[in-house]
Amino acid sequence: MEPLKTSPPGPAGLDRRTLLKLGAAGSVLAGTAGLGAIPARAQAPGRVQSNARIAIVGAGAAGLSMASRLADRLDGAKITLIDARKRHLYQPGYTLVAAGLKAQEYPISRTEQYVAPGVDWIQEAAEEIDPDAKKVVTDSGQEVAYDYLVVAAGIHLDYDALEGMETARIGQEGLGSHYMGPEAAYATWREMSRFVETGGTAVFQRPATEMKCAGAPLKYTFLTDDRMRQNGSRDKGHIIYAAHTDNLFSVPIVHEKVRMLFDDRGFDVRYSHVMTGIDLGSKEVHFDTPNGVEKIKYDFVNVIPPMRAAKVVRDSPLPWQDDSAWARDGWVEVDKHTMRHPRYPEVFAVGDVAGVPKGKTAASVKWQVPVAADHLVAAIADADSDAYYDGYTSCPLITQMGRAMLIEFDYKNNLTPSFPGVIAPLEELWITWVMKTIALKPTYIAMLRGEA
Amino acid sequence: MAGFDFAVYISVFLEMMGSILWLLVALAVLGLAGFVYVIMRDGTIHSRRLLRAEILGVFGGFGALALMAYVTLSGFTDAGGPVDWLLIGIIWGMGLVGTTILAYAVMGIFDIMRGRVPGRAGQAA
Repeated sequence: MEPLKTSPPGPAGLDRRTLLKLGAAGSVLAGTAGLGAIPARAQAPGRVQSNARIAIVGAGAAGLSMASRLADRLDGAKITLIDARKRHLYQPGYTLVAAGLKAQEYPISRTEQYVAPGVDWIQEAAEEIDPDAKKVVTDSGQEVAYDYLVVAAGIHLDYDALEGMETARIGQEGLGSHYMGPEAAYATWREMSRFVETGGTAVFQRPATEMKCAGAPLKYTFLTDDRMRQNGSRDKGHIIYAAHTDNLFSVPIVHEKVRMLFDDRGFDVRYSHVMTGIDLGSKEVHFDTPNGVEKIKYDFVNVIPPMRAAKVVRDSPLPWQDDSAWARDGWVEVDKHTMRHPRYPEVFAVGDVAGVPKGKTAASVKWQVPVAADHLVAAIADADSDAYYDGYTSCPLITQMGRAMLIEFDYKNNLTPSFPGVIAPLEELWITWVMKTIALKPTYIAMLRGEA
Repeated sequence: MAGFDFAVYISVFLEMMGSILWLLVALAVLGLAGFVYVIMRDGTIHSRRLLRAEILGVFGGFGALALMAYVTLSGFTDAGGPVDWLLIGIIWGMGLVGTTILAYAVMGIFDIMRGRVPGRAGQAA
């Protein structure tokens, strides 16, 4: 199998005309589901007059979406986005790039495309957040004073916590890591496609920390399996999935379904294996297990590192202050239903950096942001808001090329299907795949613009 | 789940297709308008022309499915449940209806321009 060099066949040179003729039905049905059925915008009352200064740290999915929503609802407020990153990365696309289904450029666009009119964007990294003095300091020393702060600083991929890991070697000698970015995802695809040809042992895992999209490690295992099956080389490959606990997914009913599918696909599942390091020379992954350290040799590995809050947040007083793992990893202390900081009520956190029990996904962002925005606007207007986030998140869990399960759930581990009786949550369906491949990204981009 | 908002669908489709969305909406409107015009002008539906248009429509339905498979990187064995078959039916049906209407309108306008009545080839209208 030739690694994909530029645009894969299909949507890259998307004949958009076909979409109107063909995609309408599927997309209308499906496009709204992957990020959760689209909430009505019409709830927004009239614009609120204010001269409040609102700083938003982080211009990723959550920060941009929040800026768009606030700009839409406030008149006269000074909204400032703080982030040095010029590129915007559509992270749900990484799995598709790493499986050779989309080109390396697919997730990449420019942040400036999504900055709402009237929002100032300081193109510098936030160096310090001082919630007592109500200011953010950028890496050039610029001080941004605020009345309200939205923390959307995202996640730090802590590769340094894995002994022996060298990110510069991703894409060489069987080392993949599709979370690091579009380039790493593409490099991972090159290694995966080599493995599909040569066979051997593939090792997949996930970290023991909170993480972005807990479905992605599973998807990628399924996709590697499917690539081998399509290539006729599945019998040459031994696929090991190392779960960090005694389950494959934190929602019990989803775990059971995935366990059955993994069994069906012939994966070798190792529970309670937490990756601690890697030996790139001898090609061994090191795991901490109940029986001590275990080393597993690999021919291909997809390393997913521990994840923590962005450094600027960890160094601030905003994270949880107890002795929990959440506090250690620096996730921002917030009320899980309002996204508001209990100790600093003028501070909100949305997106990956928020210390809430479930879902660091774009779908979570889509549902957290309107709630946080509503509470923030209500605070400005000296009013109350009854907006409430129940932990909804979703994951189109790809199980093979052409099929996925639309998994939607909340804080209580309840399944919350958007289309009960139509799109069954634990069924491998083409419609869910259609949604993932063509309808999710437009929905996501509409979300960045505050339109979905 | 909150309700749905038509404007949101429009923005999602705009993101998916860009300004071509409006071009295609215009094409659909023109196709329909042409269809209505031809029927009004003829004062009837010509069954032979309709039959030809429907035959083209059947192929249009399969064409719609083939193109959908192409844009979604799917194969022909990916349908996994009832809703998939429903979706396949909807796509096929949309291809059929769209192609039929467009083909009928185009053939009708062509006939009108040439002063022909379908079914009685060679006979002046």
